[in-house]
Amino acid sequence: MVTTPPAAPGLPALGLVPAARITETRVLAILRRVHDPEIPTVSIVDLGLVHAVRLDGDGVAVELLPTFVACPALEVIRATVSEALAVLGRPVRVEFTFAEPWTTDRLTEAGRAGLRVAGIAPPADAADVRCPFCESSRVAMDSAFGPTLCRSLFYCRECRQPFEAFKPL
Amino acid sequence: MTLDGVEPLAMDFGGGSSLDGRERALALLLLSMADDEFVIGFSDSEWTGIGPILEEDVAISSLAQDELGHAQALYGLFVDLVADGRDVDAVAYDRPPEGSFHARLLDHPRGDWAQTIARRWIYETADAARLAALAETSHAPLRELVAKLRREERYHLLHMDAWLERLAEGGEGPRGRLVAALELLGPDAGTVLAPLPGETALLRHGILAEPWSAIEARWRAETSTKLIGLGLEALPATRDPETARTAHSDAFRALHEEFTLVRRSEAGATW
Repeated sequence: MVTTPPAAPGLPALGLVPAARITETRVLAILRRVHDPEIPTVSIVDLGLVHAVRLDGDGVAVELLPTFVACPALEVIRATVSEALAVLGRPVRVEFTFAEPWTTDRLTEAGRAGLRVAGIAPPADAADVRCPFCESSRVAMDSAFGPTLCRSLFYCRECRQPFEAFKPL
Repeated sequence: MTLDGVEPLAMDFGGGSSLDGRERALALLLLSMADDEFVIGFSDSEWTGIGPILEEDVAISSLAQDELGHAQALYGLFVDLVADGRDVDAVAYDRPPEGSFHARLLDHPRGDWAQTIARRWIYETADAARLAALAETSHAPLRELVAKLRREERYHLLHMDAWLERLAEGGEGPRGRLVAALELLGPDAGTVLAPLPGETALLRHGILAEPWSAIEARWRAETSTKLIGLGLEALPATRDPETARTAHSDAFRALHEEFTLVRRSEAGATW
């Protein structure tokens, strides 16, 4: 929830947050509420998508790293980020960059926990994958390729559940 | 080999193009890679819904999606460099089939599953050799993209290695089909790494780490080890390397007809 502060003396009330109030921390806090549409339990910050937040001139620029080059969710994420940051009342630019490759090391602990909540095992070498439902290590990879580019198919021999695991990258 | 001749067809630059020799060579390299990924990705997508087993249907569709995304990113670099007013879709869809700059290996129809696997395996191994030679390229946007692509392509290669072994060791039927596919595709296998026009400029400007002949030699050594280990024959020398990317087949013209259908029927459509 954002409240518009009173206009400073001598300045007209524009209904905008003054530029000085917009900080990188504030932008990141907003981005923490934006989710990958294919993984609704993990924010794009915890997924490690945010490469840079720049506050320049009168605008906010966000640079994101695609998990996979062909990820079809990119345009949805771009639109959601723009929408979420519109609350700042400044021009928003959202760009995707390959300046550094996104890797699974960029996932935070909260991100890994969020994946488990969604029934997706966090990325690990195939031998170290645990069932997201019962934690068992008695799992087998069915296929390296799953319903989205970033996931593999596994089967848990303990609780007899098929599940998905995030591909280590 | 000169840039003229291939360039009007493959690149169809606008009259006002002011690219220098380095940029033209780089543009052709980007276009060759993008067209390769686009054509193999589109060919793979023909298996969607009819893959031999459900998991493989998902896998080949996933590979297709990856390759089309890679093509889009590479066309993006091409468009940024050439800046002749075309966007990514225009480059991908508006050239005549004769202007496509993909390797002849990808001119073959997808064929049966063994032929699809044989071609994909040949392509993935050659593409990996090409990407390795571009890991330190002087063109920064390409260097960044290549770092990303190599992480993804690793999965493709693992998958194709596993399938190659499965077919080679799968008894008479699968092995026989694999052998026939490798015989059919073999003479075109090396077309992915055939020297591109502008090679001298690519080397001089640090875009490509070493000559195509050196990249191809390393690829041949690696693929031979693998094939011979499975009791198969090494891949033969490249047939007509001069026209490796310029003389296209009727099978490709049919594929081109298919992948340009939406674009042709509704100009400016987005989807």
